[in-house]
Amino acid sequence: MTEPDAAVLDVRNLSKSFGGIRAVQDVNFSVKKGELLAMIGPNGAGKTTCFNMLMGQLPRTAGEVHLDGENITGLEPRTIWRKGVGRTFQITATYPSMTVIENVQMALMSHHKRIYSILPFATKLYHDEAMALLELVGMPEQAERHCAILAYGDLKRLELAIALGNGPKLLLMDEPTAGMAPTERTKLMQLTADIVREKNISVLFTEHDMDVVFAHAHRVMVLNRGELIANGSVNDIRNDSKVQEVYLGGGNLFSDDEHQHA
Amino acid sequence: MKITKKIVGLAAILAVGFTTTATFAADTIKIGEINHYKRMAAFAGPYKQGIELALEEVNNAGGVLGKPLEFIFRDDQGKPGEAVKIAEELMTRDGAVMLTGTILSHVGLAISSYAGEKKYLYLASEPLADALVWAKGNDYTFRLRSSTHMQASMLAEAAAKTDAVKYATIAPNYAYGKDAVAAFKKALTALKPDVEFVAEQWPGLFKIDAGAEVQAIERAKPDAIYNVTFGGDLAKFVREGTTRGLFEGRKAYGLLTGEPEYLEPLKDEAPAGWVATGYPWYDFKDGANKVFVDAYQAKFSQSPKIGSLVGYMTVQSIAAGITKAGATDTEALVAAFKGLDVDTPVGKITFRKQDHQATMGAFVGTIAVEDGAGRLVDWSYKKGEDYLPSDEEVKKLRPASN
Amino acid sequence: MELIFAQVLTGLANAATLFLVASGLSLIFGVTRIVNFAHGSFYMLGAFIGYSLMQVLPGMFGFWFSVLLAGLAVGVIGVIVEICVLRPVYKAPELFQLVATFGVILVIQDLALLTWGAEDVLGPRAPGLKGIVRIFGEPVPKYDLAMIAITPFVLFGLWYLITKTRVGVLVRAATQDREMVGALGVNQAWLFTGVFFLGSAMAGLGGAIQLPKGGADLLMDFNILASIFVVVVIGGMGSLPGAYIAAVLISVLNVFGVSYLPSSTLVLMFVVMAVVLMVKPYGLLGREEVAGEHGQVGEPERPIKPAGPKVRLAVVVLLAALTLIPLFGSSFLSVLATDIIIFCLFAASLHFILGLGGLVSFGHAAFFGGGAYVAALMVSYANTPMELALLLAPLGAGLLAFIIGWVCMRLTGVYFAMLTLAFAQLLWSLVFQWDEFTGGDDGMVDIWPAKWLAGSTSYFYLTLILGVGGILFLRHVAHSPFGYALRASRDSSRQAEATGINTKRVQWLAFAFAGAMAGIAGGLFVFSKGSIFPTELEIARSFDALIVVFLGGVKTLSGAVVGGASLEYLKDQITRFEYWRITLGIIIIVVVILAPEGIVGTARKVGERLGWVREQEGLR
Repeated sequence: MTEPDAAVLDVRNLSKSFGGIRAVQDVNFSVKKGELLAMIGPNGAGKTTCFNMLMGQLPRTAGEVHLDGENITGLEPRTIWRKGVGRTFQITATYPSMTVIENVQMALMSHHKRIYSILPFATKLYHDEAMALLELVGMPEQAERHCAILAYGDLKRLELAIALGNGPKLLLMDEPTAGMAPTERTKLMQLTADIVREKNISVLFTEHDMDVVFAHAHRVMVLNRGELIANGSVNDIRNDSKVQEVYLGGGNLFSDDEHQHA
Repeated sequence: MKITKKIVGLAAILAVGFTTTATFAADTIKIGEINHYKRMAAFAGPYKQGIELALEEVNNAGGVLGKPLEFIFRDDQGKPGEAVKIAEELMTRDGAVMLTGTILSHVGLAISSYAGEKKYLYLASEPLADALVWAKGNDYTFRLRSSTHMQASMLAEAAAKTDAVKYATIAPNYAYGKDAVAAFKKALTALKPDVEFVAEQWPGLFKIDAGAEVQAIERAKPDAIYNVTFGGDLAKFVREGTTRGLFEGRKAYGLLTGEPEYLEPLKDEAPAGWVATGYPWYDFKDGANKVFVDAYQAKFSQSPKIGSLVGYMTVQSIAAGITKAGATDTEALVAAFKGLDVDTPVGKITFRKQDHQATMGAFVGTIAVEDGAGRLVDWSYKKGEDYLPSDEEVKKLRPASN
Repeated sequence: MELIFAQVLTGLANAATLFLVASGLSLIFGVTRIVNFAHGSFYMLGAFIGYSLMQVLPGMFGFWFSVLLAGLAVGVIGVIVEICVLRPVYKAPELFQLVATFGVILVIQDLALLTWGAEDVLGPRAPGLKGIVRIFGEPVPKYDLAMIAITPFVLFGLWYLITKTRVGVLVRAATQDREMVGALGVNQAWLFTGVFFLGSAMAGLGGAIQLPKGGADLLMDFNILASIFVVVVIGGMGSLPGAYIAAVLISVLNVFGVSYLPSSTLVLMFVVMAVVLMVKPYGLLGREEVAGEHGQVGEPERPIKPAGPKVRLAVVVLLAALTLIPLFGSSFLSVLATDIIIFCLFAASLHFILGLGGLVSFGHAAFFGGGAYVAALMVSYANTPMELALLLAPLGAGLLAFIIGWVCMRLTGVYFAMLTLAFAQLLWSLVFQWDEFTGGDDGMVDIWPAKWLAGSTSYFYLTLILGVGGILFLRHVAHSPFGYALRASRDSSRQAEATGINTKRVQWLAFAFAGAMAGIAGGLFVFSKGSIFPTELEIARSFDALIVVFLGGVKTLSGAVVGGASLEYLKDQITRFEYWRITLGIIIIVVVILAPEGIVGTARKVGERLGWVREQEGLR
């Protein structure tokens, strides 16, 4: 296990029960600086539940979450974001009535605490910064397009740009490649890996596509029935008997099934 | 693009505005008549017919000041703000010399206030609110019809003659209802100090829960009931009250209940025995009243309503006022209306100098069912001047006259 | 005790009509998501048709047959309305259809007047049920008992239809997921038509069955509207048992209100609704609404841009043209233009929260009238100079919106709309009832501008500056970061919250801001008319603004202003004709069908198609 002081995110005993059902049990892990950490597991393993608790969108039953040593347990999503955690969604969430660049400018305005000002024109604020972020995700030529007509892959990249708006220490990406063609997946994850390296940020992501995981993740965690059953390097996980059992037993061997899960 | 649309829209407004700034046809004297023709169709219709009848008579007799009298009828949708806008249009664009109309008191008050500010003459024909000539009265507003206070006092006078002491009142929960109850209580208490008001019911206008109201009144066990509800509320109240025996062995007094507008829809279920104000057009044997009723029936093949009479008298009053003024400018007209005498179907009425209220009275009688229809019987005409407060009191009631 | 029992029976009898009519509205809303303002008109038609039938069909059999036939006839009328008026606009933004139903109200009002005349008719008594029964010594009309007995059967019948039959299963499925029903191969259009038939027939039945308790008149369409909406909302949108419980609750409480708090008749219903919604935000038996995307269904809104040089020039030209009105037009034209500008500002303020914020308010008149009353009260009681009163109007209205907004913010979608309606009604009844202070419905008069602004011309210029200034300011705020944050909260509250935006707070402040802007309109209004009456706080006033926002185009920035100016001007012109209501109604319906995205939205599309306006890529 890693040293706590080197960790960006530290998760201790995180648990969640829905009624009597324990969706997540005593999950402990941490994310190191500059690390791409994948969280995998079959449907219903509790990955999204974990994510939603980390981001404050779901109240936890027990446990603590620390960001850079600061306890962020139970804070609102928007507060957690202000502390330097960005996220992307399994089902993309953007502002369809705006242009691409305005989507990014919105995040920048929020980051600079300008959302309550009524005097300036929003389109003139942080235009260059937004453009820089769009360049980072490779879509500067699409800046003035209407967000509602973007292709799915572009939406995913746009979301990434939005998530980078506050210069985060940590990115939480829930199924970043769901719904994309295999070549697109690789491209997006390569892009993410590049950004992580360049900006020295950490990423925690969930993923169904094992090719993506094994190609890009620095480290992998396996969740099954709400419990963390393995945590290690790509090779360790590939050869872990417990993991193989879970995936074989669940009949879901590293498939690219992309159904929603609890 | 969006802005372009805006321009097109507003340019259209301008264009039409310019082109319809019509030149006044100088050969008639125009009167602006604002009413709720659609919203209160049952009342405004007969009123308008009364106007049309009188106009025909006045113009056949040569008009006023040698010119025909013309009414411009406009619908205000029952909204005070609209009425004010229309008033402005009638006076400044259509060339009306004065304003008249409205049934609803609040619309009347809005026009009255506007008339006072802009110095236009407004003859409030039908609205009943006391405030129109008293608390909110102004120099440019006159009122034709006998007010709430006057009619309630007439009923109170009748009520004081009986030995009933415990009264229940039921009135729609708005200004007219409240005025009507207050005036009745005041007048009755003055005549008979030992009366007691054991229940005051305030159903929402046209939202009466009649069964509940009847139960509530019954619970208070009054000797007599004073009713101010009208229209659909009255029908429901009467039906529930009759069904549940509320009126058995009790006196009842109904403000306006005997007017054809409200009595006719009740047919044979009209509340027999109630003492009420109304309009017994069917009973006139001779005189000016009979002449009017005959002329009205001949022209429209319909029986007249109280609104018909008010409409008719409105034109008579305006014709008399303009004739007396000898001119059509507002100041001359206002001066003429002060103390103006008008001969009408109900006799001579006067627009009082002190409060601009006309002395039109009301018919008070007992409701009976004859030939399957409600009628006012044993009625008498009460002159308006006998039910208006003394000049001293008027001064106190009407800040505008001080 | 005996009396209390009898009172409960009265309440139950009253609940019958209310339930019948409300259940129809609830069904229609539940399945088609149409807020059917014309439901009261169907109720009125039921009463009139029932009355006419009872004149020709004698006896007990004839009476009940008439009631049934009236229901069927109104059901058929409902189907005609659905097919001719609503079907063409199902694809339009949600709630847009309510504009069409408003047109239907106007048409039916004039048609009813033409057919049955202006006079009220007294309903015939039910043969065989004319008398009373004494229960514990208290008189109870037999017909009351009949109605009490019938209602549960109707409830059971509807419940059986909805829960036990195939049609019902489809209806329920459609309530939850319209697309899925379409995917199942069911013809959704005919399912909607069927539901409309059933819902309208219930309204007609309600109208006919209440005849022996009252009658039919031309005002009953609007008079029942508020009550049935309250019942549907308290019961939970789409829930039949909920509607029944709510109807009983309201009716029984009302009976006791009448007896023990006789002046409470105006407010009671709305107090109950506000309390229920604050405790149970989705009504007694309602389910949580799927995240309300109201006003945002269909094609996504276009990005907005600050005005370019051409547009700015156009605005300057327009303003110049407006300033010339008093020089070349009559003083009436100044007055008309004043009215229109005030109304446009009011509509634009509603558009700010409705269009940009996605918050549908059914009670925006509270802030228009609120601002007007603040100004009027200050002038009357504190001799406040007009200039200060005009400043206090938006402050007062804004504060009011701040408080009401705080309570309403916990709800979304139609429930939010209904809660705003409840508060607007509470304010209305407060002003109406508290006549010592507010003058009640006699209003407050003689509230005139200061001497230097007394004429129509100078007041027009004041309105031009404040009104057009207000509209431009609203437009500017739409382009500011705050406007963007508001749209972001509407577009995706998930993303907005995840990027540091407190969406509820943004919406709340926007609500207060819109309220304050409506307050400016109200302040200008009161001094232009010299008087203020509770009519300016009425539901009808809120609907005026709502309708023009949709009519103009909810997804366009200038929709409210264009819609407001068009409708206000149109009304001024056509109220000069005898049958103006049917004319206006038909015009509204035609516009709705021809321009399902509102006047501006559709004009833009046509412009694009004809090549007049640069087309946006890929949105066809």
